[in-house]
Amino acid sequence: MATPAKKPGWRDIPIGGRIEEAGNAHKYHVGGWRIRRPVWVKENCIHCLFCWVFCPDSAVEVHDGKMHGFDYNHCKGCGICAQECPAKDKAIEMRPEDVENKFDN
Amino acid sequence: MTKRIALTGNEAMALVMKQINPDVVAAYPITPQTEIVQIFSQFVADGEIDTEFVTVESEHSAMSAVIGASAAGARAMTATSANGLALMWEVVYIAASCRLPIVMAVVNRALSGPINIHCDHSDAMGMRDSGWIQLFGENAQEAYDNALMAVRIAEHKDVMLPVAVNMDGFIISHAVENIEIVANEDVRDFVGEYNPERYLLDVQNPITVGPVDLQDFYFEHKRQQVEAMKKAKNVIQKIADEFVNLTGRKYSFFEEYYLDDAEIALVAMGSAAGTAKAAIDELREQGIKVGLLKLRVFRPFPAEEIVRALSHIKVVGVMDRAESFNTMGGPLFSDMRSAMYDGEANVRMINIIYGLGGRDITVTDIKNIIQKVKDVNNTGKIENLVIHYGVRE
Ligand code: SF4
Ligand code: SF4
Repeated sequence: MATPAKKPGWRDIPIGGRIEEAGNAHKYHVGGWRIRRPVWVKENCIHCLFCWVFCPDSAVEVHDGKMHGFDYNHCKGCGICAQECPAKDKAIEMRPEDVENKFDN
Repeated sequence: MTKRIALTGNEAMALVMKQINPDVVAAYPITPQTEIVQIFSQFVADGEIDTEFVTVESEHSAMSAVIGASAAGARAMTATSANGLALMWEVVYIAASCRLPIVMAVVNRALSGPINIHCDHSDAMGMRDSGWIQLFGENAQEAYDNALMAVRIAEHKDVMLPVAVNMDGFIISHAVENIEIVANEDVRDFVGEYNPERYLLDVQNPITVGPVDLQDFYFEHKRQQVEAMKKAKNVIQKIADEFVNLTGRKYSFFEEYYLDDAEIALVAMGSAAGTAKAAIDELREQGIKVGLLKLRVFRPFPAEEIVRALSHIKVVGVMDRAESFNTMGGPLFSDMRSAMYDGEANVRMINIIYGLGGRDITVTDIKNIIQKVKDVNNTGKIENLVIHYGVRE
């Protein structure tokens, strides 16, 4: 896991904890919370995009209407996608997290 | 054009809220505050003002609704008392930490139990550490004036903190007084328009209010709140200086009553200060050099100024209308001693806890209390650091 950059002091942050920039949740990497990681089993995938619809963290990557895998920076490992995947031979497996390698890979 | 009219404290508070004409008032009735929201809601129902009046099912919801309104960018007010304030606790902290300039009238009443609807300061002391500015008034006039100034203090860009305007339940809230009312247009000019820098309904500049703020930022935000409290001192004084131009009534962090040449003194907040003045008037005629420091601004606590004002006093009796059960005196006493501890002067202090649950405090009582302070001055001995005055043995 990368060392986090030094954070700003009390003089330099907006008051009241308010977030003054829209869409910055993207910068908050919750991948470090994960203890189990979803792994995409490409051959079983029917590209129904249920995983994408259900993922509470927008961590399923979809391009041109097709499932492409996971954004591990933002996947917190809740397993909802695997639970909801309707493919006959599940196209998402939850595997124990590789603690050395939680983020993008 | 100012005019004098006879009003109860609650009527005065409802009237000043009408004159301020906030965008949103969300409130729930609770004794002895009930009349404020009752009268105010009548103003709204009669179309005299265009405030959005939100009737809610509890004080927790009242505070939540004004927080929502304030975060959205509205000027928002509410009023409460005692257990109603206690029911707001959780959200009272959120109002302060979200830096929302809400103004709330607190009609002081004892916290249960046993159940009691009469005046003491235990409700105000319960919100003491929540990050609100707390003003206390001696009478309906001061409650009215404090409410006007509170709007400006809260919304000042250096402050952005909620303000509680305290007045003693029944003693002030229900007694009729002749008070001087500021003309509507002067109120409008004085409080001005509220233009928050950032707010939720500003769709061009979207923000998030109240996000999670864990180990990495929470502490920094608390530090900011302390800074706002420090800056509030200047702002409170500046706005009081403007207020004197408008009304001729002079306010500061506290009022000094015969303190200049006093040997002994009392410190009090709220209506008891008025009773103390009457007692001091009588004792002064007998040549007793006693004075009073009537505290108006309890949070932020004006420690330096208090030390300066009391440095020449020999013995101070600090009057608390609340217990803190630390067995070392009431909350005001703790702050007072803490403030004086580093002072150069050798001021001795005793604590008088009085008036809990609305127990009467008369001029004679205050004279007895002053006698106890005098005894310490005469003998040089503090026999009882904390006196529960007026309790049956
Ligand atoms: S495990 Fe949870 S967070 Fe991660 S991709 Fe699946 S649904 Fe989204
Ligand atoms: S839910 Fe399963 S089958 Fe559907 S797109 Fe996601 S991985 Fe593929």
